[in-house]
Parts: sequence; structure tokens; C-alpha cells
Amino acid sequence: MGDISKPVRRFDAPEKIMGTARYVDDYFEEEMLFVRIVRSTRPRARIKSIKLPKLPSGYCVVDKNDVPGENRIKMIFDDWPFFAEDVVNFYGEPILAIAGPDREKVYELSNAVKIEYEDIPPIYTIEESEENKRPPIFGENNLFADYFYEKGDPDGAFRDADQIVEEEFRTGFQEHIYLEPQGMIAKYEDGRITVFGSMQCPYYVKNALIKAFGFPEDRIRVVQTTTGGGFGGKEEYPSQIAGIAAFCAYKTGKTVKLVYDRAEDVEFTTKRHPSRIRIKGAIKDKRVVGIEVDIALNAGAYAGLSSVVLQRAMFAATGAYRIDNVRVLGKAFATNIVPLGAFRGFGAPQAIFAIETFMNHVAKKMGEDPVRFKLAHRYKKGDTTATGGLLRSEVRLPEITEKIIEMSEYYEKKKQKEKDGKLYGIGFSMFLHGCGFTGNGEEVLKSIARLKKRKDDKVEILISNVEMGQGPQTTLRKVVAQVLGIPMEDVIYENPDTDKVPDSGPTVASRTAMIVGGLLYRVAKELKEKWKEGEEVVVEKQYRHPEYIKWDQSTFKGDAYPEYSWGANVIEVEVDPLTYEIEVKKAYAVFDLGTPLDKKIIEGQIHGGMLQGIGYATLEVMEFENGRFKQRTITDYIIPTAMDAPLFETDLVVEPYKNGPFGAKCAGELTLVGAAPAVCAAVEDALGINLYEIPIRPEKLLVLMNKEDN
Amino acid sequence: MRGVFIINGQRKEIEFAPHKRLLDVLRENGYTEVKEGCREGECGACVVLLDGKPVNSCQVLAASVMEKEIITVRGLGTIHKPHPIEEAFVEAGAVQCGFCTPGMIISTYALLKENPDPEDDDIKRALDGNLCRCTGYVKITKAVKLASKKVKKDGK
Ligand code: FES
Ligand code: FES
Repeated sequence: MGDISKPVRRFDAPEKIMGTARYVDDYFEEEMLFVRIVRSTRPRARIKSIKLPKLPSGYCVVDKNDVPGENRIKMIFDDWPFFAEDVVNFYGEPILAIAGPDREKVYELSNAVKIEYEDIPPIYTIEESEENKRPPIFGENNLFADYFYEKGDPDGAFRDADQIVEEEFRTGFQEHIYLEPQGMIAKYEDGRITVFGSMQCPYYVKNALIKAFGFPEDRIRVVQTTTGGGFGGKEEYPSQIAGIAAFCAYKTGKTVKLVYDRAEDVEFTTKRHPSRIRIKGAIKDKRVVGIEVDIALNAGAYAGLSSVVLQRAMFAATGAYRIDNVRVLGKAFATNIVPLGAFRGFGAPQAIFAIETFMNHVAKKMGEDPVRFKLAHRYKKGDTTATGGLLRSEVRLPEITEKIIEMSEYYEKKKQKEKDGKLYGIGFSMFLHGCGFTGNGEEVLKSIARLKKRKDDKVEILISNVEMGQGPQTTLRKVVAQVLGIPMEDVIYENPDTDKVPDSGPTVASRTAMIVGGLLYRVAKELKEKWKEGEEVVVEKQYRHPEYIKWDQSTFKGDAYPEYSWGANVIEVEVDPLTYEIEVKKAYAVFDLGTPLDKKIIEGQIHGGMLQGIGYATLEVMEFENGRFKQRTITDYIIPTAMDAPLFETDLVVEPYKNGPFGAKCAGELTLVGAAPAVCAAVEDALGINLYEIPIRPEKLLVLMNKEDN
Repeated sequence: MRGVFIINGQRKEIEFAPHKRLLDVLRENGYTEVKEGCREGECGACVVLLDGKPVNSCQVLAASVMEKEIITVRGLGTIHKPHPIEEAFVEAGAVQCGFCTPGMIISTYALLKENPDPEDDDIKRALDGNLCRCTGYVKITKAVKLASKKVKKDGK
């Protein structure tokens, strides 16, 4: 690991420790209006009538008739309206908004709006959506996406198998709980709409507003404010809030603030897709030689990004394993639940949980040690992936595994069955993550990154990617400074403003360091050649995948990603023998995420991502009952606290990617995907049973163990 | 109503509605370093010191704490002369998105006042009411230990 990996002081830290960093809710203006959204209180219904309270002067209602352009949030299918039209499709869907100068009065007025509904039979589960017995929500069959791909001869593999193993896995909702709730401030001045707020993707918001207003692009400006965490939750959803705030600003001519309170944020913003994943494996000579994976996602009321989430899940379906005969099916089902959306890992956590747990179960069935069994199936350099892409770089899973086994004393501990009166278990997972956008995403996007060397010899990074805690303010400065051979302090990187920065794409898919950072690296190289002291020099470049990357989006064949990061996790748990309460005691991780651009920042990503993955597997329960979530606040929806956090031990193995800056690959999502299966394997080890579902809840374990006993 | 609050050592006369929570009164009067993460008393982003004790300011009626001493993270140090705890948070890499940070620092300050030499378990217990979704709490725990060393050295 070279110089670049050496930790430096984070550039965004000083103002954050002082509390002077300004998040969206920290901006106050005289004469600012507050907005409250009036939401559907039915999961699925026709709106029959709306009765408004008498509005005092200075207060106004904004609804679908106030959308100057199209009442659709720009995404993939554009089916999601800013305000419901005649029909509401989920509990909490925005119907109208009330704006006014006094926040409490606005709340009071919004509570006084009376809406009459005529209910339509709702659809909540994958099964109900699949049966299609009720009026469909989307198209004729409720399917936002229905995909399929194959490799080799899966039918042949099943025909010739010694044994066929079939299992079904379930994963639950997960809510992001970024500590800063979502929010936007909008203004309408001189014929232009400007929106400031908490977001990952300024150009997503800008494009959504262009469509919603029908304005030319120079009349829309979007500026990111310091963002208190995103984790995917601020990928597509901010467009919803930005739109409503902007419509209010447009109608009133005033500055408008729309910040969600926590309860609103927990109940009504996007979450991770629940899934049902069926895996059928053809076993020959104790090896999985063929596999069929059928992935169903509960996608909620509108398509949003679900089709792409499904693609990532499908491309991760065989995990880190080379299986030559593969069939993968995927469907994203419409239901009357909030639209499910982007969340760190983007479909991969569901798929990796399923394949890892499946591989554990098969290993046990074959009487083999899961670690060795997995190693025997792992990908190697030169193998083709499930979609037929070529693995061009060294796959250092043996080294990763060796390190983690030694570090965790896995085999010694595996013998242990009890500790301090608790049932003890240890579990292992092995996995990969595709870096950057899925499929043809980067090719469609054609990101542009720009560097501007000013007359004072300082250099501005001009990109649309944001700092939300993951560190690019520091890591990208390091990359540019190091290439140019100038001090980091001479590199300027401000929160993006679409008036100033080109579209370098969204801050998602772990693409900022590898893709945008790689592009900046090349821009900086060119700037170095063109450097003229005391003069302004601007260099920009557009991203293209390396020539050798081949992908066919219509058949899902080829390199689904330009590169992969790899990892292994080991988790130790203690389970109470009476209550089945699970304590995650220790978490180990070894990752190959290429060259770390800053070791300390990477460690921060690892700890935070793994704990989020551990939460996903254990504490984070979100249940849907009678058309509504049961957990509506952070009192009900539990995320890990300091007391729940295990001890961590982590290490890196570095296989650099030649097109990443200094060899960096993807990191942010990789850290989350392996935790849940490792926790599951550990609990299975402690209890001596097989599990098929996350979150793993003590109540359910109790039932399972009672069954076992009988 | 009007009331006097002693915020970061300064007497401030503030006009506020009687039912307002301390969190809102502070934020509406420029103390935006006190963050609102939930209003439920669950996240700790709004923690301030009230007569030296950490409280969730979203759970305190402003009217009940007039004439009391309130300290926010800005009352501990300045950008040019950060408090050793603030410094420790930067050095340890305990700051990511930063939204939990002001509350974490105040809770740390309160802990170190009570227990200048905390063990890991003491730290975890003291910070149990401060949620962080970014760091996994590892570097925060490190920062508290580092802060404890620094505070002792500085005699603060
Ligand atoms: S805002 Fe007070 S505890 Fe969360
Ligand atoms: S640093 Fe983001 S919540 Fe703690």
C-alpha cells in the first residue's frame, strides 16, 4: 500500500466537530414557509373528495394541479407521481401539501384536511401480487420487471445430478436511518427554481425538476447541502421532496422548507426490498454443478429503481462461486407498500444472503466443512461469471480466507459450543461485489469530470458526486493532489452545485472512488501536462468503459461490471438458551477492495457497513400489518447502538484495479453484503439448525427450537 | 414569553412560546449545532449539557430551564482552538457524516467529567443513547479514549 493509503485528517471534519457544518435544516430565512405533506391514510383507494379547512391568509394548498410540467418523478419508468392523482397506491402517498409561515399552524391545518376514499382491494405480499387475483397495480400482471438469463446447460446438470437440493430464503425490509432526516429548501427567483438539500445525486434531482416544471435546464439549479448520511436512501427519494418543495416555492414566490420529521422519514421514504429467493442446486460428486435461482422482490407501489435493483440481485445470484450451469430468474412485484428503493448493496445483500446460506446448508449435507466447500467452488482468474463475463484480475479469495481463518481462530472456536452459559456459534461468509453501475449503466451515463486550475494555482474538483460521510472530500482531494504533486490544501472540492459542476453521475453503486476517482486521475494527469503557472487551465474528460468490457443489456451476457471487490467475514455470536436473544460478539473481515485511498476512511466504511449488515440480520425489524408499517419511529425500529456493536478485527488484501485511481476498487457496499450470511451461519452453528430468513428473531427461534425438541 | 438562558457562558434573553422544547428554542436562535435526529429522545443528536448534565434537548421544555446553564458543542472550543475532545474525534477518524458528532462530543464531555479513565464498556454505556449510523462506533470509542488522554494532559 503506497502513500495514498496513509490516513490524513478528513477535510470535512473540522466544521462537523464544531457544529458549524450546515445541513439543510440549519438554514433559516426570514419569511420562509414551512410545508407539510397531507398523505393517504389508505393503502389503496380512489380519492372521492377532499375537504380543506379554511386557510388563514399566507397559507396555501399545493397539489397535482400545481405541477407545471408532468406530475411524474423522473426515474426509469416514470410511473411515480409527485402527488397522487385519482388513486392512492400506498399508505402515506402524498396527496397535497400545505405551506405557510408558522410550522405548527401548517401541521394543524394539514391534520384538518378531510379526505374521503373508496377502497380498492390492496395487494401487500409477493404472493398476492403473483397470484394476480385483485385488480393489478401495474400493467396486467403487477410486474415492474421480469428477467431471465442462462449459462451452460442447467437442464442437463439437473438431469445428471446425484442429488438436487431446493431451498427458499426470505429477507425483510430495512430502513436506512441516516441520522439526518431528508429535506429540501426551494426558491423561485428570476424565473429560476433553485433547490438546496440533502441528497446523493444532484443531477437526478435536477432532471426530475426539469420534467416536473417543463423548464429548460438553465432554469433549474440544484445544490447539495452537507448531508448526514445517505446509504442509498437519498439516491432517488430526494426528487420527491425537491419537487413538492419547488412547487410550493413556485406558487408562493417564497423560500420554502420541507424537512421530514423522523416519523415521516421512517414510515414513508424508500427502504430495502424484501425478497423471496428460491435456489435449486444440482449436486454431482459433492459439488454444486448446476443452479437455478429464482428471485422475487417486493417492489412497492411504483417502479422506482426496482428493475435495476433486481438486476444487481440477479447478477450476484451465484455469489463468489463458479458454477457452470446457471439459470437465474427475477421478478419485481408491485404491491401497495411505499416504493422500495436503493439501499447500500442494492439487491446484492438479499442474493448473497441466500447463496451463502444455501452453500452452507449444502456443505453440511455433504458432510463437508463450509469454508473448504466454498473455497472449492470459488471463482478464479480467467473464469467466466454467471453472466459470462471474464474475471481478468487475480481473485485472491484463498489468501483472504486464510487470513480471516487465522485472525479469527475459526477452527479452534468452531469446536466450542458454550460460553458463559450461552450457546456459542461462529459463522463464515465469502462474497464479491460488482463495482460501479450494473450492466450498461456507466455507458448510458457517460460521466464527465472536470478540473479547473485557477490563476492562483489552486485546483477545483468539479464533479456532481457528494460527500455524505463516506469520505470523497478527502479521498478525491488526495488523488488529485498526489497526481499533480501539489498540497491537498490547494485542491478545492465544494458541495456540488449543478450551475458549476458537470454531471459526473450519481453518488451510488460504490462508483465514486473507482469510476469518478479513476476519471479524475486521468484528468489530473492531463492537467499536469498542461499546467501553466498563474494561468487558468480547465481539463475535462468523459468516462468510457475500457474497450475490453463487453455487455449485452438485452440478453444479460458479458461483463456485468468492469471489476469486482471481494471479501470474507467471520462472526461470533452468543445466544441465550432460554430467550434466544442473539448477541453478536465479534466481527472479522478481510476485504480486497483494491488500493485503499485512505486506510482510516476505509476502516470507517468497514465498521459502519458491517454493523448495518449485522443490524439487517438481527435487530432491524420492520413489519407490515393491515396496510401500514408497525414500526414508525426509531423507538420502534431498532438500529444497533454502541452497546450492540461487536468488537471488530479487519484486514485488507490488495489486488489493484488498473483503471481505478492508484488501483482503488469499490468499497462502500461490499462492507455490508457479507455480514448477514455470516451472522446466520453463526446462529445456525450455535443452535444446530438451519435457518432461511433474516432478520433472525428470538421469537421465531423459540418456535423453531421447540419444534426441534418435539 | 421571554426568558433568560445561559448558553455557552453568555446570558441570552429569548422570546419563545411556552410549549416550545429547548431543542427548538436553541435551533431557532442560531444554535444549529444542536441537531434534530428524531424528537423522540432516542438518537442523542440533540444532546446538550444542562447544568453540567447531558440531556436530550428535544425532551426538555424550554420554560423549565430558564436561568440554567446550557452548553453546546460550540461552547467547548473554537475552530482555531478546538477542545481536546473535538480534536480527538478528528484524529481518531470518528467523524463521518457528522450528524451525530455534536451530540457524541457532548456525551463524551459528560462522561470524562465523571470518569476520566473510562474502559470500553463504560464508553459504550455512556454513548448508548447516541445513535451513529456511519461508524459502527469503533472509531468513536477510540476517540473517547484518545480524548481521555488529551484531557488529562491539558488538565481541562
Ligand atoms: S432529537 Fe432529541 S434524541 Fe433525537
Ligand atoms: S457519523 Fe454519521 S451518524 Fe455518526
